[in-house]
Amino acid sequence: MTTRKQSRRSFLSNGLALGCSLAASPLLTPVTFASAPWENRLVVIILRGGMDGLDVVRPYGAREFAALRTGSGKDVLDLDGYFALHPSLARLMPLWQAGDLGFVHAVSTPYRDKRSHFDGQDILQAGIGLSAEGRVRDGWLNRLLQNVPEAEAETAYAIGRADMLLTRGKARISEWSPDAGLTLTPQAELLLEQIMHDDPLFRDAAMEAIMLSGFEAEMAGEAQPTDSAEMMDAMKGTMRGVRKGNRPESIAGFAADRLRGDTRIAAFSLSGFDTHTNQTKTLPKALDQLQTAILTLKQGLGPVWDKTAVVAMTEFGRTARLNGSAGTDHGTAGAMLLAGGAIRGGRVVTDWPGLSEADLYMRRDLLPTRDLRAHTGWMLRQLFGLDSHLLETTVFPDLDMGSNPGLIL
Amino acid sequence: MLYWQGERCVVSMMFDPERAEIRFGCGLSPRLAPAGSTSEMLARLKGPDEAARRFEIPRLPSIRKQALKFADARDAYFHAETKADRQAGKKRYKVHTRAMRQASIGWFGQTLLRRVHGEDGMRERLTAFWADHFTAVGRDEITRMAHPIYIEEAIRPYVSGRFIDMLREVTTHPLMLVYLDQNSSIGPNSSAARNRKKNKKKKSGLNENLARELLELHTLGVKGPYTQQDVRQLAELLTGLHFSIRDGVTFKPNLAEPGAETILGTIYGGDTPKMSDINALLFDLAVHPVTAAHLSRKLAVHFISDTPDPALIEAMTKRYLETASDLHAVYEVMLNHPSAWDFSNRNVKQPLDFVSSTLRALDIAPDHPALTKPSRLLGTFFGPMTLMGQAWGQAPGPDGWPEADEQWITPQRLAARLQWAMSVPYKLRRVLPHPREFVEVALGRDAPEAVRFAAGAAESRTEGVGLILASPAFQRM
Repeated sequence: MTTRKQSRRSFLSNGLALGCSLAASPLLTPVTFASAPWENRLVVIILRGGMDGLDVVRPYGAREFAALRTGSGKDVLDLDGYFALHPSLARLMPLWQAGDLGFVHAVSTPYRDKRSHFDGQDILQAGIGLSAEGRVRDGWLNRLLQNVPEAEAETAYAIGRADMLLTRGKARISEWSPDAGLTLTPQAELLLEQIMHDDPLFRDAAMEAIMLSGFEAEMAGEAQPTDSAEMMDAMKGTMRGVRKGNRPESIAGFAADRLRGDTRIAAFSLSGFDTHTNQTKTLPKALDQLQTAILTLKQGLGPVWDKTAVVAMTEFGRTARLNGSAGTDHGTAGAMLLAGGAIRGGRVVTDWPGLSEADLYMRRDLLPTRDLRAHTGWMLRQLFGLDSHLLETTVFPDLDMGSNPGLIL
Repeated sequence: MLYWQGERCVVSMMFDPERAEIRFGCGLSPRLAPAGSTSEMLARLKGPDEAARRFEIPRLPSIRKQALKFADARDAYFHAETKADRQAGKKRYKVHTRAMRQASIGWFGQTLLRRVHGEDGMRERLTAFWADHFTAVGRDEITRMAHPIYIEEAIRPYVSGRFIDMLREVTTHPLMLVYLDQNSSIGPNSSAARNRKKNKKKKSGLNENLARELLELHTLGVKGPYTQQDVRQLAELLTGLHFSIRDGVTFKPNLAEPGAETILGTIYGGDTPKMSDINALLFDLAVHPVTAAHLSRKLAVHFISDTPDPALIEAMTKRYLETASDLHAVYEVMLNHPSAWDFSNRNVKQPLDFVSSTLRALDIAPDHPALTKPSRLLGTFFGPMTLMGQAWGQAPGPDGWPEADEQWITPQRLAARLQWAMSVPYKLRRVLPHPREFVEVALGRDAPEAVRFAAGAAESRTEGVGLILASPAFQRM
């Protein structure tokens, strides 16, 4: 919250320095923030490309596993004697031991058979079943907020550059990408305020943008430029900033900063999970981003971590067998990752279907035994006290939430 | 124009060439004169398409060979059986992908150039409007690149003609058939479905996607007088429409649901399914009074204000119905209505409008590498526009880009506009115009005092030009 105060002050003091009329400054209107609707926090991470649940949470206790996944049995990070964690997530093991990390296995959205990223992501983020395909144009997180009368724009944040259906819709949700930073000299900032003064839409958005821009610079310990020459230098660095701002550290760091304040829900996506070839090389890169994002959240949230649930979900799992290029192709059921001090971790929650040929879906994919929307619905119910009827009809249309998997403490 | 009449501030609601160019065209240019009257604007729309001739975008037949080669390369790579075949296939596939991508980004450049150097800005704006109304986005590498071709074939030639003709072209265009899943829709009682069942092949059936969007988005509108039953019946009527890369778009009776269908109370078709049944339905939808009102409202919202004058919509709707969907006649009503010139409540430019009107005001030459080299086009325009919320040609859903101003001016999207305004003009023109002159070029006589002041008070040309472009006066239209 310090960045906000500082930027607002600098925006103001620039005005004072040039003798603007104080009474006319829109910035002197006290800005009040309504109290947030709940105390608990939720972070939704969309994993793009179809994460291979069988490689991330490996059922190494299953007799068939070694044959399906040759070479995956050697470096084992045991979780519960049956499942083991992918070695690239080793830095998360302390969270598992503390009960702050858990998994849900053999789950999927209602999407079946066509296995397209495009449709799979749409269904995941719209939160719909196949019966509503094409009829729903907003995301489940947005529909949730449409039904929380106390929600303000600040209540939820969509972070990063990727366009997410998840947060799209009628409810106002803030969005920001840490790489969208503005680089303005104090003089330009002042003149900008003057030319936008009479247009509230532009004025308020610009003010907010300048405030939020301070965040990334502060994280990196950069000073704001003071003259045009410095501004030009800073702009040449913008492309570096674009790359930096897309890093999971920046995105998760920004999310944590917001969640320490009035924000209650943050959503972002990570990509790189479409591992068709050479999976032992490609998947670790994607998993390292996920691991970094979670550890950055934990560090940034401080004591708020205890009230936080993080859920990472993907559009589908991958084939049970490796393909000819040591990768896996688009499949059906996969795994969901949970983290945070608010979750009941240290467990792999699953109605495990087994891995024998006959157990597999269409003899090729892990069989989905439950709709991942049910788990998400129960999390929302327990974290925010939402009504099941709302969850089963509006947030996740035509969902039967079933029994409580007890994911939240 | 605002002027004082005694003690009252009065808004003049009359045609003004500069305002016409800003609101209905692609912005002011230091070189190209705006039309002098509404009749001149309307005449330009009826005249030959000079911009398309000068900055060419191909149509499907001319790139068919290339697309087929690409499809072959892709198949060879995906179905390779040996490692060597796979590697060779991959190489060839990559070469073709790269070539197609470069071509496609070049067509984006042509689209910008038409806006920067064309004399008929309204044609460019109408093309973008109707392309958005009939949003169709590719679903794979080949069809993704077909977006500019789709606009060139199915939209642009019809923007000043009759809506029914555009509707027919769009509904039977390959990209639309692929985008809205018509290609995988099969009549449940068609001979193809019966054969599949007999041979125990994969289940297939009716897909309602195109039928639903045809009613909900393309014609009647979401509040229109149709039911789920109409959607279902229309989906059955549309079966048979099919596209393949080798045969093009054809009507395949073996895929079509036999029997007649009832849509909005009218019976279409009979025992033998035919293309003409679909055409009859499209005609009835095009001239439906609810369609007329829906389209008139959309045009007014897009070109004039998010909250348009109901009297204007009524007048446009009436003309539309009198002329059996003559769009040129509807534009004439819009341009000659006083509320078209009310500048008290202006729309925000979408990123494409913002970027292209900047280039027009800066008079960037047609052969500038930023507008012709694929990598420069991506870095200078396509990438920044994506940050502004508009990845060109990739609208988020079949309902296209949002119209509401607040959707575009969020902190993140505005930051991208400001950053671009402050940094890109300097990269395009080493010697930027003097801000005091540029403010007149970009904003015309309406330039607000605060912007004139900022233009003079900025510390550098870069900053001065950037501030003018950042001003709401320039960002609105």
